[in-house]
Amino acid sequence: MTAKKYLVIDLAYCHDCNNCFIACKDEHCLNGDRWLPYTDEQPRHGHRWMNIEKKERGQYPRISVTSLPKPCQHCADPKCKEAASGAVTVRGDGIVLLDSEKAKGRRDLVDSCPFGAIWYNEEKGVAQKCTFCAHILDGKADWGVSVALLPRCAHSCPTSSIAYYEMDAEAFGQLKAAEGLERYRPEESPDGQVWYKNLAKWTRHFIAGGLLKGGECAEGVTVALTGAGLPAQETNFFGDFCFDGLAPGTYTVVADGKDVTTVELEKSVNLGSIAI
Amino acid sequence: MGKIVRKTNSSTGGPVFVDVDVEANGGKGKIVRMYPMDLVDEDPVSWEIEARGKTYSAPRKTTYNCFTAGFKAMLSSKRRVLYPLKRIGFDVNGERNIEKRGTWEGGDPLYPGYERISWEEATDIVANEICRIKREYGPAAIVAESSSHHMWGNVGYRHSPLFRFMNCVGITYGDHNPDSWEGWHWGAVHSWGFTGGLGNPEQWDLFEDHMKHTELIVFWSSDPETNGGIYSAYESHIRRRWLKEMGIQMIFIDPYFNHTAEIFADKWFSPKIGTDTALGAALCYVWITEDTYDHEFVEKCVFGFEEFKAYILGKGEDGVAKTAEWAEAETGIPAHDIRALAREWAKKKTTFALGGLGGWGGACRGPTGMEWSRMMIAVAAMQGLGEPGSGIWSTQQGMPTDYGFYFPGYAEGGISGDCDNSAAGAELVYRMFGGTGSRPVPSNVNVPSSQFIPRFGIPECFIDGKLKWTGKGFIGASIEQQFFRYQYPARGYPRIQMFYKYGGPMIGTMGATNRYVKMYRSKLMPMAVFNAIWFEGETRFGDIILPACTNFERWDISEFGNCGGYIPGSFSQTNNRVITMQQKCVEPEGESKSDYEIFRLLCRKLGVEGPYSEGKDDIDWVKQYFHATDLPKIITWERFLEKGYVIVPPNPDRPKTPAFRWFREGREQDSPQPSQFRPGDTVGRKGLQTQSGKIELLSQSLLRFDAALVEEGLEPDETRPPLTQYIKPWTGWHYEDTEKYPLAVLTPHPRFSFHTMGDGKDAFMNDIKDHRVRVGGFDYWIIRINTDDAEARGIRDGDLVKAYNDRGEVILAAQITERVPAGTCHSYESSAEYFPIGEPGNSPDRGGCVNILSSGKWIGKHTSGMATEHFCVEVEKWDGGNES
Repeated sequence: MTAKKYLVIDLAYCHDCNNCFIACKDEHCLNGDRWLPYTDEQPRHGHRWMNIEKKERGQYPRISVTSLPKPCQHCADPKCKEAASGAVTVRGDGIVLLDSEKAKGRRDLVDSCPFGAIWYNEEKGVAQKCTFCAHILDGKADWGVSVALLPRCAHSCPTSSIAYYEMDAEAFGQLKAAEGLERYRPEESPDGQVWYKNLAKWTRHFIAGGLLKGGECAEGVTVALTGAGLPAQETNFFGDFCFDGLAPGTYTVVADGKDVTTVELEKSVNLGSIAI
Repeated sequence: MGKIVRKTNSSTGGPVFVDVDVEANGGKGKIVRMYPMDLVDEDPVSWEIEARGKTYSAPRKTTYNCFTAGFKAMLSSKRRVLYPLKRIGFDVNGERNIEKRGTWEGGDPLYPGYERISWEEATDIVANEICRIKREYGPAAIVAESSSHHMWGNVGYRHSPLFRFMNCVGITYGDHNPDSWEGWHWGAVHSWGFTGGLGNPEQWDLFEDHMKHTELIVFWSSDPETNGGIYSAYESHIRRRWLKEMGIQMIFIDPYFNHTAEIFADKWFSPKIGTDTALGAALCYVWITEDTYDHEFVEKCVFGFEEFKAYILGKGEDGVAKTAEWAEAETGIPAHDIRALAREWAKKKTTFALGGLGGWGGACRGPTGMEWSRMMIAVAAMQGLGEPGSGIWSTQQGMPTDYGFYFPGYAEGGISGDCDNSAAGAELVYRMFGGTGSRPVPSNVNVPSSQFIPRFGIPECFIDGKLKWTGKGFIGASIEQQFFRYQYPARGYPRIQMFYKYGGPMIGTMGATNRYVKMYRSKLMPMAVFNAIWFEGETRFGDIILPACTNFERWDISEFGNCGGYIPGSFSQTNNRVITMQQKCVEPEGESKSDYEIFRLLCRKLGVEGPYSEGKDDIDWVKQYFHATDLPKIITWERFLEKGYVIVPPNPDRPKTPAFRWFREGREQDSPQPSQFRPGDTVGRKGLQTQSGKIELLSQSLLRFDAALVEEGLEPDETRPPLTQYIKPWTGWHYEDTEKYPLAVLTPHPRFSFHTMGDGKDAFMNDIKDHRVRVGGFDYWIIRINTDDAEARGIRDGDLVKAYNDRGEVILAAQITERVPAGTCHSYESSAEYFPIGEPGNSPDRGGCVNILSSGKWIGKHTSGMATEHFCVEVEKWDGGNES
């Protein structure tokens, strides 16, 4: 079985440091045609081959902030390929490449990607995107790095939020199951080479609050959320509880066996302080 | 495309390998990429520690910041100064047209308002003018100012060639105020000394100690994922991961939901800006009334506790008990949360992750930063210092590397050997200079008893022609030194006739910075000379601009995270001690030169090249420096030159000396803090530098200072009272003009640049969504505004807004967020750009210098520190974006 190449992006500890975004620019900008035929140089400004999106959940002061580094998702069945009439290749290792000749003048490819991962280079007149640093992985980049070759985004990440794997699809399937990896918007593209860990921080919602008893923070109160299928929690020393990973729906907060409040959850909510 | 060779260099954001196409640009070379260093088997085995049944060891890779990752773009930026420039209309021998500085019309299309001149002409103009000024006015009538952090390297950066040049020529120093220390330097030293760290406490060997024992971490005014201590990139991230994975809860106190909180917070408190000290007082109230403080420590190690206790309980002069309810009214934090925090803190072994370094922290840079720092010491003292797993540790310093291996930081003077204005006198000067073959160059001007100018007061010197102040910024020989008075001009000295600017802009980094713009247009500044790498905001006020190169275009030597000087043990921030040969990666862009060579050219024309250079090139000094350190014990010069870096082997056998344990146990200081080398600071080498040798909540140095003021017929200093207490901040919450300017803006040190280094300059960082926002082709600086405040003003995310107060107006891009509560805004300081839309100094700035809006007042009446961490504004939508 051919080994495939994967990026696993963990949202738990990514805090938008932008090393991946800038390392990508360091590799692809101002280097002329050095990385052809993989790709022409990226313009100095404007492109986001590694596009970091950001989302806030909740309301002051119970909030959560999530960063989602979003490169080309290297889809197994890429939408851009349908549109590209031969300008898009899916390699045996799963990497999706735009042909740097055939993508010339193909401004239309920008709109073909449901993830907005294709960019048009006005100076060079060519559609471009993340190459998975294939030039590096193929050993064509003359990189002075002294460890195993890996994409620049993964190498630059200080929080180990971007991990690179080369393994067969079966082994990756096991990793996927063990780590609960998901595709970003699987309805657009269920399979590919870029996967996310802790994606619920992006896609799901939370209900949080703090319990008060006699004017003091109520520590050690058992709080359950009916309708969530999540285990009950004990409040911490601030009387705080937080149920995360919720889909929109109706939930009831139950403290020490008594209903406290019912929430019609559309998006994450801070219930504030609740006297019990 | 030519052959790629891997070289090494370093930066304010970490050391890097640099892949260089050595054949490109006609053999001048071209940087292809730069990246963090992976260690190899040949490098020494890393340290290991055991904690709670697990073994932890140093990662075998360095980290870096994005502003280092993207340095390549700044090297070849269209904003580089490529050749010497003269301002159009400036005639050194005739009409100087000073009022036209900052009009930027005509001339070189790359550099509007300027014309290209030769190095010969440029250096003639500057050197002849220096000679004329010295003859016609007298000594020291030239001032050099050097804003920090624009480059890196112990031989080629600030304290080294600039000071050697200044001292060879006789130039007055535009002295730095400690802009990250202010509250500690002017306040905390009166509580506990530590003048060798400008008031910041020691942090030795605390990593292992806290990994083993801590049970709770409280981060207060601390955002290590943003600031990385200083110069140490993301080295400390892994430690917080390890602690988190142990199940340690992490609490954050910061007006802004900062980036460390973003991934680690179990709870976040946002005190109304400037009220953190009140929260500290309320914690003490809970501990006193519930009797949950460390009696043993307080009795043995604290002076003035009874007076402090009376103040907290409302039995002092103000008669107000500092209850949780009182603090809720001040800070906006619920009383029940304050009590819960106090109780948990007292119950657990708590790591007090205070500020950026165990010291520092944005709150110390605020208008009552001195009181905050002192209250934080009171908080720490009440729960005891020096016990396993508790006390002040910011998760930043105190890694178990070899503290005995000697390699100094850049603040230790490099080739200057200047013991008055750098920390050369600690050790380096004795190791670096034989005194016969090679000599340090001491200053004839910049000694505490002669002339210097505080950079925060430079505008007044050039606008008003006079200034009086108390205290010197970077001065740590004693506590009392900071009580001395100074004036400009110093008695018997002439007024300054030339401003010599080196380094990054002040307009983005100081306070009330339209003052600086006006200074450049003042008749009292007859000439302004810049050593500048980039044609950025402030450069464009110079009369003569000398193009300097970056540290990637010259030779140098340095250690990761190590500035030394007033940050003793700064090298202990990093997981491995990485010392780098900063190889010259490419030839300087255009006609630019290293600062060392620029000063050498001037010295040649001034007849002092001999003492300046001793006939050496930069690489020769690097070699001399190498031999002044312990490096020859572990690597040869030839191998170091070729390999480009070396890892200092850890020394597992050295005795561990966790910070403050000696103090708690009443022993002589055993940690390598510099104060132990100055026995005169203490009585019989016991205790701290304070008069009592204890932590003084009632400061005896301030009692003595007040007595001195009274003897002179002056009032005691109400801005810095002897008793540790809460003072309502004079800007922000309680500010007299809150009605006019209801929003308080927090302005921390920036995230995606190092001060101004990394911002502007056509750099990649301008594309970072959380750094600048592109509107109508212009990259605007960001202000973060709470959802309700934005809605009340009809401001949507991404809108351009005008933030203004009586000091000026700045155009910014709005980011709507819940990361600040209503009433609080957030905008980092340190824009490198300055683009007034009308008359410079009197019109809105589109560049993003929010420090135009901050205060120009001293942090205390009898200090020369600044207090710019927050200020008040009103914000409104700005629709001028389409017109421009």
